[in-house]
Amino acid sequence: MSAILVHIDWPSIAQATLETLAMLGGSLALSIALGLPLGVMLFLTGRGQMFARPLLNGVLSLAINILRSVPFIILLILMMPLTLAMTGTSLGVPGAIPPLVVGAAPFFARLVETALREVDRGVIEAVQAMGARPRQIVLGALLPEALPGILAGATVTAIALVSYTAMAGVVGAGGLGDLAVRFGYQRFQTDVMAVTVILLLVLVQGLQLVGDRLVTHFSRR
Amino acid sequence: MSPATPPPRIELIDLAKTYATPAGETAAVRGVSLRVAPGEVFGIIGESGAGKSTLIRLINLLERPTAGQVLVDGEDIVALAADDLRRLRRRVGMIFQHFNLLSSKTVAQNIAFPLRLEGRITAAQIRVRVAQLLARVGLSDLAGSYPAQLSGGQKQRVGIARALACGPNVLLCDEATSALDPETTGQVLDLLAELNRDLGLTIILITHEMDVVRRICDRVAVLDRGCVVEQGEVVEVFLNAEHPVTRRLLREHVPDAAPALTQGARRVRLTWRGAVSQTPFLSRIAREQRVDFNLEGGRIAQIKGEPYGQLTLTLSGANLEGALAGFAAAGIRIREVAA
Repeated sequence: MSAILVHIDWPSIAQATLETLAMLGGSLALSIALGLPLGVMLFLTGRGQMFARPLLNGVLSLAINILRSVPFIILLILMMPLTLAMTGTSLGVPGAIPPLVVGAAPFFARLVETALREVDRGVIEAVQAMGARPRQIVLGALLPEALPGILAGATVTAIALVSYTAMAGVVGAGGLGDLAVRFGYQRFQTDVMAVTVILLLVLVQGLQLVGDRLVTHFSRR
Repeated sequence: MSPATPPPRIELIDLAKTYATPAGETAAVRGVSLRVAPGEVFGIIGESGAGKSTLIRLINLLERPTAGQVLVDGEDIVALAADDLRRLRRRVGMIFQHFNLLSSKTVAQNIAFPLRLEGRITAAQIRVRVAQLLARVGLSDLAGSYPAQLSGGQKQRVGIARALACGPNVLLCDEATSALDPETTGQVLDLLAELNRDLGLTIILITHEMDVVRRICDRVAVLDRGCVVEQGEVVEVFLNAEHPVTRRLLREHVPDAAPALTQGARRVRLTWRGAVSQTPFLSRIAREQRVDFNLEGGRIAQIKGEPYGQLTLTLSGANLEGALAGFAAAGIRIREVAA
């Protein structure tokens, strides 16, 4: 056993795991907090919707597309001055979270928009016919009806964030992906590579499993 | 309108709706004027594309009219501010062809939804009201089910309970039975008729099925390409269908060529309603006036419980005038049919 896993330094693996989880947890929470209202806004200002505003919708949509088309590694570097201003550091886990959020929130917003579009228009019409206010329509009908889709989107976003965190080593945030690059790849420690990859795989599987469970739980179809 | 007639619950005046499409403007509703009295069941029938869906959505302003007025209890609602319109919508319930229930909420939560919108009602009051409504539509044991677990008829009952939650005095039915099988359609229509009778609920329904109109409507308007082409009491419209669309909806086949009349014979259409149906007037008059008749077509049925009949027949014999006078004396309308 120890002959195969000769390079493994378990404490640093544990450390890296915690860093990955911290980055994932922090950035996922913030991405949802920002992406959800953004997605709702994108949907509501769309053509033929309750608050159709073609210009605002076009600007939002363009901004989201721009952010989504920048490769994450570039975003990480471009964001450094902004991150420094926001968190007081551009390094470590706190330094990685703002770029992770900027990378993932627009992605999640698109998924939210798609989930909202799937909501039966007739249901919204029925709620309007009851005399609901726009706020009641969005919070009482639109979001609950789209919840399974939104949860599926959050799952996809969480998994995308796992792969983003692998690049966060660039700003010294550590994490499993960073360990795999520095030890497994650059120092040819294949066993470290294997262990980190397996841990990442377990993480992704776990996220997918939890996500799927939640989607099933909230789907009443 | 006589002075005794109550003011209409719903009145549409020259209502029009035009949509801008890439191909130009399309008029879905053109100058429709209707009056619906309190407690009346009013049907709007038409073929698909006639503008029925648009018309019914103009009544609660889910669609804004391009021109014209919508009066509810005499008040023009087109000019209402957003808040007043929302309050008005609580007095006008609506049910839909595809039920449009919230799939993420239980039956009880769906019915409670419009009640919660008001905010001034406690959870305990909501529970009581929901229980009443569930009992009213006969679904008390399904309170905790989700819509996906229900049959079409049950879903529409939930839709009806939800539409009644705020105690409206008007119910709009948008093809409410078109997605249901004939038996379930009958049950839902019976429920609507019961609500009309017990609560004095005014019902406006749109449909493409004559049977729906025949079963529960008091009056009907026939819509074709956005215009009302015939309207009146259901029996009258049925028995005197003039417009080709009405006749098509009635599936009334007009024979291509009626057989030629023999010398001295006359072809007439007899129309009657009510008690005369229960008398053997045809054979009595034939015997008394010594005429012969040959049946060429017709139907005898009921509309909202009232029997009616319409027969086309050829009469021959000596005293044709006497026979016709006999029919007229029995309260039967006679129309000569062209040879």
